[in-house]
Amino acid sequence: MTSKTLKGILLDEQTELSLQDLCHACSTSTEWVVELVDEGVLEPIGHEQAHWRFSGPSLLRARAAMRMQQDLQINLAGVALALELMEEIEAMRERLRRFEIDNNS
Amino acid sequence: MDFKDYYNIMGLERDASQDEIKRAYRKLARKYHPDVSKEADAEALFKELGEAYAVLKDPEKRAAYNELGANWKAGQDFQPPPNWDAGYEFTGGGFSGGDGSVHSDFFETLFGQGFGSAQADRRQTGFHARGEDHHAKVLIDLEEAYRGATRDITLRSPELDSGGHVATKQRTLSVKIPKGVKQGQRIRLTGQGSPGLGKGQAGDLYLEIEFKPHKLFRIEGRDLYLDLPISPWEAALGATVKAPTPEGPVDLKIPQGTTAGRKLRLRKRGIPGTPPGDLYANLTITLPAAESDAAKELYRKMEKELAYNPRSELGV
Repeated sequence: MTSKTLKGILLDEQTELSLQDLCHACSTSTEWVVELVDEGVLEPIGHEQAHWRFSGPSLLRARAAMRMQQDLQINLAGVALALELMEEIEAMRERLRRFEIDNNS
Repeated sequence: MDFKDYYNIMGLERDASQDEIKRAYRKLARKYHPDVSKEADAEALFKELGEAYAVLKDPEKRAAYNELGANWKAGQDFQPPPNWDAGYEFTGGGFSGGDGSVHSDFFETLFGQGFGSAQADRRQTGFHARGEDHHAKVLIDLEEAYRGATRDITLRSPELDSGGHVATKQRTLSVKIPKGVKQGQRIRLTGQGSPGLGKGQAGDLYLEIEFKPHKLFRIEGRDLYLDLPISPWEAALGATVKAPTPEGPVDLKIPQGTTAGRKLRLRKRGIPGTPPGDLYANLTITLPAAESDAAKELYRKMEKELAYNPRSELGV
């Protein structure tokens, strides 16, 4: 029972999501997303809340934050810290990989 | 159906206190949380842990589970004794193990009833409400990230039928996977989530891209890693060798005097995109077996004429 082929939107750095899109995709309230922005977990483009635009990867970050908050019972400041440290570790792993390659060739 | 040893999963004795159970859960949850852990099977381990905790943290469920007795071993074929749950009342609720957690058959058989009905009522939030967004994973081959693909995706979701019963509905969507997707990226399909209530719009469907494991390449973001074996003479003298890429074989120049473990970068041969990824060939040197007399003779000749001691730096 296949209908016509659907073409979705790839959520990359160029994609923009509205505050409503993000809230809905995370099944959460506006207030919760605003808290994420206040903690610096998400950095929307645009000054006023009504005009905020979020990049595609923001959705992954918001959903990771939500799972961590629920499953590990840490508050948003803790989630923000954990995400920052994890990204720092990832960046260092990446540098280590490059370093190993450059040192070997 | 396999028996699950929830105490063993949580690393606890059967007489652990409720506080010990809570502490063990917190500790293991941080270790195995799929957003935190680098372990390959973190998601499965985390789900198992969530299931164990859902039972052990609830004194009613824990007591019922303990009734099954201590003689069961994990993995053993299990059938619940008749009326084993008589006298226990399950109210469900409370467990927050992520998105629509799916429990094992073992769990569902023992504790399934309370949970299903609690979930079905939750979505009635108004007469006109947008349908829920859905999230699903789509497995693709690495090669498909290079040229794009069309995928038939079968989704199963619980829906309420006209009689108010929960039934599993199956539908198939044909979806275009664009060229240049990365592991973990999402594709958003507007209006393909749950239907709205009343005049509400339908929700969206988010597909998460996941690569099937590849027999040659390891994938990191848009970069690929390949173990490429070369012969001792190709390493020593330099050579041009064939190297596989997802787009077909290419010629790769091996510099003279190459040592094992050296990595060569093939720019822009990774997954396409802006910027495209690179392909790294990790060189390993393999030795031909000395099976024939001619081969043995060549090795002896090398031994004699090269005067090579690979352990000179070790002082022996």
